[in-house]
Amino acid sequence: MHTTWVSLSVYINFPPCKIPPLSTNKTLQMVEDGSTLLCRMEICVAEAEKRSGKNAMGMQETFSVYLVETRLTDSGPDGRNPAPDCLWRRYSEFELLRSYLMVTYPFVVAPPLPEKRAEFVWHKLSADNMDPDFVERRRVGLENFLLRVASHPVLSNNKILYHFLTEHGWREAVYDTGFQAKADSRIRALSATFRVRNPDKGFVEMKHYSDELQSHTSQLLRARARVADRLYGVYKVHGNYGRVFSEWSAIEKEMGDGLQSAGHHMDAYAASIDDILEEEEHYADQIKEYLSYAEALRTVCRKHELTQFELEVASQDLISKKQQREELATGIVRTFSLKGMTNKLFGQEAPVQREARLKVLEELITEGEDTVKEKTAECEEHVEGAWLEMQRFKEQKDKDLREALINYALMQISMCKKVPSSSTCSAS
Amino acid sequence: MSGQGDSAGFTGHMLDLDEDDDLEVFTKNTSLADGSSLPNSPGSMVNQYRLEDEDEGLQAVHTKDFFITVSNPESHVTAVETFITYKVVTRTTRSDFDSSEYEVSRRYQDFLWLRSRLEENHPTLIIHPLPEKFVMKGMVERFNESFIETRRKALHRFLNKISEHPVLSHSEHLKVFLTAEELAPHKKQGPGFLSRMGETMRSVANSVRGLKTRPGEFTVMQEYVEDFSNKMISVDKVTQRIIKEQKEYLDELKQYGPTYTQWAESEDELADSLRGVANCVEQCSQETEEQISHLSEVLLPTLHDYVLCAETLKTVMRRRDKIQADFETKNEALLSRKDDQEALQEEVNALADRIELADNALRGDWKRWHSGMRSDLRSAFLTTAEKNMKYYEKCSAVWESFLLTQRAETCQQKDGDDGS
Repeated sequence: MHTTWVSLSVYINFPPCKIPPLSTNKTLQMVEDGSTLLCRMEICVAEAEKRSGKNAMGMQETFSVYLVETRLTDSGPDGRNPAPDCLWRRYSEFELLRSYLMVTYPFVVAPPLPEKRAEFVWHKLSADNMDPDFVERRRVGLENFLLRVASHPVLSNNKILYHFLTEHGWREAVYDTGFQAKADSRIRALSATFRVRNPDKGFVEMKHYSDELQSHTSQLLRARARVADRLYGVYKVHGNYGRVFSEWSAIEKEMGDGLQSAGHHMDAYAASIDDILEEEEHYADQIKEYLSYAEALRTVCRKHELTQFELEVASQDLISKKQQREELATGIVRTFSLKGMTNKLFGQEAPVQREARLKVLEELITEGEDTVKEKTAECEEHVEGAWLEMQRFKEQKDKDLREALINYALMQISMCKKVPSSSTCSAS
Repeated sequence: MSGQGDSAGFTGHMLDLDEDDDLEVFTKNTSLADGSSLPNSPGSMVNQYRLEDEDEGLQAVHTKDFFITVSNPESHVTAVETFITYKVVTRTTRSDFDSSEYEVSRRYQDFLWLRSRLEENHPTLIIHPLPEKFVMKGMVERFNESFIETRRKALHRFLNKISEHPVLSHSEHLKVFLTAEELAPHKKQGPGFLSRMGETMRSVANSVRGLKTRPGEFTVMQEYVEDFSNKMISVDKVTQRIIKEQKEYLDELKQYGPTYTQWAESEDELADSLRGVANCVEQCSQETEEQISHLSEVLLPTLHDYVLCAETLKTVMRRRDKIQADFETKNEALLSRKDDQEALQEEVNALADRIELADNALRGDWKRWHSGMRSDLRSAFLTTAEKNMKYYEKCSAVWESFLLTQRAETCQQKDGDDGS
């Protein structure tokens, strides 16, 4: 099933290519050439297919692959539009791309991928990853992911992204960046518990908000799934009326036609719920996207906390080293130390040794100052970038979710209008 | 052994009592013992029914001369028992009633008495059923509010059906029931006349024994009754199931709406829209509640009445068969015995009259009943379908008005953007 060559996603409208305000910050300079990738290229995930192959352990497995199609919108020298390019990607490759982007741009709220496994499933909905409806919704979600990344002022200019979209050798390229090691160390650091002395108020609020968003969207999704389940039951039981009315019509003379007709309407009513609920899954997907976004937002806050913590640790370390130097230089012990005690008890060390130690300390201090400078810059960069990013995210979220709610209302209306009003005529 | 008609006195006045507790009471009286104003001869009775037949269209326009309500259930506690009484108010223009308005207090037992008297006097008329004595499934107490209300409505329907019946409405027993301050003195002594809905295997066998040929029309009727009964039971079951599913849906809906409200608390720009959706869900819940009430209080009771009617029909058909069986047994005796010819002949003639009367009564009442059934069920399904339509219309309107608020906001925002 091909999507048409218009760069729209299924459920959101992407902003027109605006030139963002200039900034002296070096990471934001990436954006200064003005446009996002999506302005120059059309992207879509056109198809999904089943494949079989041997996995890393040599076992046979079945998986889905998705066709990523791209086409540059600038016409070539001959004035004609270039031919579209396409290649097949697995879900795991999308995961890899996202992981890379998250490590490379820690202050960006990374657009989420569609869910790995079907969650918030109500009983008739398949939890099977190979189920065609699930695969189709995933295809839509993957396309949405790419469109969001390609329209992001910071993310869209990334080279690895370009490789992912256009080249077969992207895996080598991404592994070459060495991001994996950085990713692993980040994960380790983030999973440890640490406390920041002077937490940034803005980030604390943001983290709190992300927790709220996560909790509310998941509650909503759970409740909605249960409602869907029950509604399904109501509609389907009406199908039993269909059967009984048809049988009953056979023994009646005067009422026969009316009963037959009523029976048919009941059958149609019972059958109508399948499409209704399938459509509602798209709404659920939109909410799920923001459930995942909440997670991404939280990660940005946590990464900031980590950076802040590292800065504090580095600063603290520098201070204590400077103090040590002062003590060595002046001989005045301000703080209690074992060395100081042993010195007092067993006599001070020789001046030569002291000089040597002072020299080492000086080097460490210089290093420490550099670290602090680095961390401070990182922090500031992170703060400024993240702050802008979160503003952008908030605007996008408000707009997207409002549209989602409007779509939901439209779905409800269309569901109400589907019920045949001619069922009243049939009863007579 | 009952059903043989071999007691003394061949005038035909006999009460047939089963030896078991399962009583099936009817007389072999060819005249209407309750002293109604209708003529006694079978011929004129047949004419009576024929008239009713042709007037089927007119029946609908038949002027109501009874307006009866059953209301005000009240609990009475005595040393021996606790029971409920109902207020029965009658307004009538009937000339054979002394007053035009009556108010009496009656309990369920009294209704049972009335119905059994009517059955006794009119064994092959189709008499509307009473609500069941007990509810089998679930732990429904007899004094549970909703049980009492359901019963009250059913009793109300019962009296109205009786009072609209061309023959039964003239019953002396009905008059006594509606007017007498105390019913006890009117209730006959003797072995209990409680008529039960069911029959034992023995009485079924009795009615079939000796039945040589049943007229084709009644076989057709019997088959129809069997099928109709099955269908009504199914429709009743499906309706109960729908009500159950709707209730469970409503429960989930009530938990779903608040998730939007709770979310709105942590949002600013989005809060309005979220609350709007929460509000829509709540309004739709209310509409669902109304729909459920209609199903439970209007559709289901009507359907249930007809499930019970089907059982009544089966009983009526069995009685008719029994009357025929009695005739045939006696007839055989007449043909095979040489002595007592004259006496036996008289008996046989009486029984022949009786069967003719019974058949005609049934034929006439069958048409009336069937027409009433079609009308009742059509009306019940129609109102349900209308209710459904209204439900969807209202829900649609709720969401549409939400959309209007959103569109207004969007326009405001757009203006804001352009302006900045």
